[in-house]
Amino acid sequence: MEVNDALIDKLANLAKLKFEDAEKEEIKKDLQKMIGFVEKLNELDLEGAEPLLHMSDEVNVLREDEVKGSISREDALKNAPVHDEQFFKVPKVIKK
Amino acid sequence: MKKEYSEYETVIGLEVHAQLLTKSKLFCGDSTAFGLEANTSVGPVTLAHPGTLLKMNRKAVELAIRMGLACHCEIVKENYFVRKNYFYPDLPKGYQVSQHSTPICRGGYIKIKTGPGEKRILLNRIHLEEDAGKSLHDIDSENTCIDYNRAGTPLIEIVTEPGICSSDEAFQFLTELRKLVRYLEVCDGNMEEGSLRCDANISVRKKGETKLGTKVEVKNLNSIRNVKRAIEFEEQRLVNCLENKEIIIQQTRSFDAGTGKTFSIREKEDAEDYRYFPEPDLTPFHLSDEFISRVGSEIPVLQDKRIEKYTTQWQLSGYDAEVLTEERDFADYFEATIKYTSYYKPAANWMLGPVKSWLNENKSEIKSFPLKPDQFASLIELTETGKVSFSIASAKIFPLILKDGSKSPLQVAEENNLLQESDVSSLKPIVDEVLNKFADKVKEYKKGKRGLLALFVGEIMKKTKGKADPAVVNQLILEKLKSE
Repeated sequence: MEVNDALIDKLANLAKLKFEDAEKEEIKKDLQKMIGFVEKLNELDLEGAEPLLHMSDEVNVLREDEVKGSISREDALKNAPVHDEQFFKVPKVIKK
Repeated sequence: MKKEYSEYETVIGLEVHAQLLTKSKLFCGDSTAFGLEANTSVGPVTLAHPGTLLKMNRKAVELAIRMGLACHCEIVKENYFVRKNYFYPDLPKGYQVSQHSTPICRGGYIKIKTGPGEKRILLNRIHLEEDAGKSLHDIDSENTCIDYNRAGTPLIEIVTEPGICSSDEAFQFLTELRKLVRYLEVCDGNMEEGSLRCDANISVRKKGETKLGTKVEVKNLNSIRNVKRAIEFEEQRLVNCLENKEIIIQQTRSFDAGTGKTFSIREKEDAEDYRYFPEPDLTPFHLSDEFISRVGSEIPVLQDKRIEKYTTQWQLSGYDAEVLTEERDFADYFEATIKYTSYYKPAANWMLGPVKSWLNENKSEIKSFPLKPDQFASLIELTETGKVSFSIASAKIFPLILKDGSKSPLQVAEENNLLQESDVSSLKPIVDEVLNKFADKVKEYKKGKRGLLALFVGEIMKKTKGKADPAVVNQLILEKLKSE
């Protein structure tokens, strides 16, 4: 897989991140290495192998429909960078 | 309609999100109750704290299957969830946990009534997914405020095939769908509160054309009527575009209920890339035949089957049957009542008359109706056996037993001296008295003014405060007039 500027731009856009040109060059190199490493797997013959969906063999781990485990609003908001007593706050996502 | 509109046809597909009636969320135990204070029904899973693991709500799976079976879908037995990756602040994990390649229900249909007859609207799929939180844009001038109470609430998304041909069909489909989710107790069907939400995919093409036109997606439709209005606006707009040789851009639009118009909110430049992959934090699940058939056995009798029974077995009119079965609880109450009386038609009249008005006046629902079906049945029996007239029963006894249900309708009638007087010996003197008083009218009657009979009956009803049995009174007057 070829790692080019277009791919970096697309990924950056999907991740809502912005990079300087110099940073892009770095990322391009790293990403190329990573993809090369994973592409090694393509050499395996996987004909007939089902995709692994989960690391355990457990299926049907269901819970009953019961209300429990919520935390207080104070605790919920504690780690948010911006908040008031009621809400999490983020930059305006709608233009007026 | 302008000539050019008739050369086009509209193709509509609907995506309906329905919040499932579970107590807790899809993957954790936070409450799903509506109207809680902001951010008071959240926990580590909802807030996507590192290291938390999801655990599936059994009830949500059951409700999705219940809906699928009622819509004649194939139930997919091997299920797993995927992550649908996108960034939006009301989605704390940065992805939505949804079903992509294994929707829990495939295919199926919902029947609607159209002018020419019945039509099956085919479904593509019904899948399970989690809801997002709520963004509030106008509380704070600098920031968007987020309430995560709704995040993680279980939803089913019902996706139709693009087989809906008009705004009327869309209206019918949603009406049937809402009735169905309420009958099944899968969702409360409340569009204003957002527990049932609809997006419409609309395109137009020249009649005879087999390729679909470029579609637009309209969101923010908070009532069935607004879905219809938005489709009507959009089909005109799209035809106008084509007639003016403009290119239709694939975009997402929103509907403004105030103006009845739609406006663009975003354009789909390239196909969105959600990078779906299996959710590693959730085990796959396998549905056994036993599990599916147990869910199936809990499905109540649906409206069309009830209408059939009401019209054949109980000889009710199609109209009565339809209105009685509109809501499941109402139909259940009717059916419970006629276990105690075989006056089916009078029972239907009582339900659609006094009961419905009482519920409307008190903004109440049949679930909290104070009369027990057996009491209600004995009130119906009271009028049908001639002990009390319908007008007295509905105007006087009905309100009294609604206030105090401890006494039987008969007791109430006796205590308040409301029983219909059909005893000849006590009515006869009153008849004599009235006819004597109106001696001149009696003469006129005998000369041929037969219409005066109503006057005599009326006078006797007045004297007996409406309690005289009109049939007996009629009989007595006629006899008396003949004998003189």
